[in-house]
Amino acid sequence: MSEGKKVVMLGNEAIARGAYEAGVKVSAAYPGTPSTEISEYLVQYKDDLYCEWSPNEKVATEVAIGASVSGVRSMACMKHVGFNVAADPAYTVSYMGVNGGLVIVVADDPGLYSSQNEQDTRMVARAAQLPVLEPSDSSEAKEYMKTAYELSEKFDRPFVFRITTRLAHSQGLVALSDREEIEDRPYVKDVKKTVMMPGNAKLRHVEIEKRNLELAEAAESLPINTAEFNDTKIGVITSGIPYQYVKEAMPEASVLKLGMVNPLPRKMIEDFASKVDKLYIVEELDPVIEEQVKSWGIEAIGKEIFTVQGEYSANMIRRAVLGQELEIAAPKPAPMRPPILCPGCPHRSVFYVLQKLKMHAAGDIGCYTLGAVAPLGVVDTTICMGASISSLHGMEKAKGKEYIKNWVAVIGDSTFLHTGINSLMNMMYNNATGTVMILDNSTTGMTGHQDHAATGKTLQGDPTYAIDIPGLCRAVGVKHVVEVNAFDIGTLEHVIKEETAREEVSVIITKSPCVLLSKARKPVYTAHRDKCKTCGMCMKPGCPAMTRNEDGTIYIDDTMCTGCGLCEDLCKFDAIEIVKAGDR
Amino acid sequence: MTAKNIMIVGVGGQGTLLTSRILGGLAIELGYDVKLSEVHGMAQRGGSVVTFVRYGDKVAEPIVEEGVADIVIAFERLEAYRYAHYLKKGGALIVNDWRIDPMPVVIGAAKYPDNILEELSKEYRLYSVNATEESRKLGNSRVFNMIVLGVAARHMDFTKEQWYDVIEKTVPPKTVDINRQAFDVGYNLEAR
Repeated sequence: MSEGKKVVMLGNEAIARGAYEAGVKVSAAYPGTPSTEISEYLVQYKDDLYCEWSPNEKVATEVAIGASVSGVRSMACMKHVGFNVAADPAYTVSYMGVNGGLVIVVADDPGLYSSQNEQDTRMVARAAQLPVLEPSDSSEAKEYMKTAYELSEKFDRPFVFRITTRLAHSQGLVALSDREEIEDRPYVKDVKKTVMMPGNAKLRHVEIEKRNLELAEAAESLPINTAEFNDTKIGVITSGIPYQYVKEAMPEASVLKLGMVNPLPRKMIEDFASKVDKLYIVEELDPVIEEQVKSWGIEAIGKEIFTVQGEYSANMIRRAVLGQELEIAAPKPAPMRPPILCPGCPHRSVFYVLQKLKMHAAGDIGCYTLGAVAPLGVVDTTICMGASISSLHGMEKAKGKEYIKNWVAVIGDSTFLHTGINSLMNMMYNNATGTVMILDNSTTGMTGHQDHAATGKTLQGDPTYAIDIPGLCRAVGVKHVVEVNAFDIGTLEHVIKEETAREEVSVIITKSPCVLLSKARKPVYTAHRDKCKTCGMCMKPGCPAMTRNEDGTIYIDDTMCTGCGLCEDLCKFDAIEIVKAGDR
Repeated sequence: MTAKNIMIVGVGGQGTLLTSRILGGLAIELGYDVKLSEVHGMAQRGGSVVTFVRYGDKVAEPIVEEGVADIVIAFERLEAYRYAHYLKKGGALIVNDWRIDPMPVVIGAAKYPDNILEELSKEYRLYSVNATEESRKLGNSRVFNMIVLGVAARHMDFTKEQWYDVIEKTVPPKTVDINRQAFDVGYNLEAR
């Protein structure tokens, strides 16, 4: 019995707990910051539910839909851009509705901590006519999950559960409850509801318009939409994390806090607006609430004074609404410290060789995106998951096969299985000649080491068949599949030259596990000052463990070195060698 | 009690997250409302990393903003320099006197500022320790952050026993002793 126990939880952990308490039986996800930890926390409840990593968000959403159709509560989790991948099933399941409750958790990233764009999921959900709940802290994250399932089943609507990075990765106190044992709903064949061919879908569209109106009506009295009346000189409509900033900045203001942000409770908003002197709408990213409220002829201030970019804060609201300036010292002119590949990262040696050969790389989403930054500077494009291979193909069709002989596509193992494989099939089908490099580090790296279909282990920790990536490439017809150790720079250089010259599709797989995966004690290198000629060869790959002493000789930070040996290979003067690791 | 605002800054991989969880854990044990904010994902890869810990009777926003931090704990000098202005007037700046060059400095595109500690000590209550060096003396350079936390603990309201207790609950069981030793080193340092 855990009833009533208070614990501190990450937003993502609280969502997992909420799903567990709500009686969810099936969950599927693809890792993506800031949503990843939901599944990682959910797995602790595997005796009571099933959860998996799917190869991509479309698959994950379809798994959840299947579970819902069969009559159990189900969930799919993803980051905002993953919701684009899942858009196809999401737009249509909106027509179908649910049998068992269905919630799609989508994590937005205002401020782009770990993303390629700053899109607002509420816009996508509105386009798909999906209702949206949005919590403002860990405690609500857990409780609203339960509300989402109740509403989903009551109104026959799949729900989007929108969070942002700040909610996902903040911790707050949560009171635990026990799991509700929800009985499976019976499956009754009903093709008019589950076979979305034109004749049926046309009728469903009518039906969901009706359901959304009912839901909007219900929103007027939902306990998660609350008006807090204080001083009525200033009234604020807000939701999610910005609610906390409003409370911090203006504890005396009246606040209409929306737990459901689509559809909106129009009467409630009109009533609130009529009772305050000046109405502000505070929402991160797009003016989703604001545009609707203004379209009803209500006077309000929103994006006139608030940005559509990045995260908000209490100081920002104090400044914009109250005109208060805090006395803040000027920031010091500190040089930037952008993220970089870790010391010992196998991607570094691959990019070093590509740079030496003056190659361009069509890049993809993962740690290897960092191959775009100095001093490596090899990656020319990063668009979305899987786009490296298909965009390289587009370049070839635009400019011809000679043009792409100094180009490669660079993609990780998990990303390749996510959507890269489709693009490789396209290359084979459409007579391409390009070279694809799969940087196989045996994990989903950037999001913090999740298993995938080629690692041999499931999210629940069970051993499973590991897809053979070279075999998969051969199966779609690639004749030239070469496997190389990422740190064998001599062989790698030779192979890249040979395969890019070849007028057929080639796949080069660099197989070296992520350096953070192994907990084994590794050797540590040192640079001998007396032998160092200060030539800088060893510095070319940009290892963060290496800096120069004042006399220009090399210094290797023994707390950072992981003993990959790339610097030793590059030193022509034997100035770098292994020392016995001090305490590691 | 009005909320206490603590900020922990460092370089990705230095353990800012673990340190903030120890601190947050302590505040929870003592019955405070607590919010922590962390950084995951791409920004963790050797970048500049910030975590926030706020505790008090009631805490709304999970972040610490410029000009309001009671304490900034910096695991590296340049990061202390970058975030010192988050301190409120009279706030304490605890710095690990250690240098990690960011990539723009390594490749010669930027210069690592000279005399960071001297400059900061003129404007802030600054306490520095070469925790990396001190941790080597203990035979484990990874526990440097516990030494820094020990120094910071002198500027907070918790007892040594309360700290010991939360360290024991947070770090891996095998490393409890070394982490406690490291904490002591920081805690017992003469204020500088």
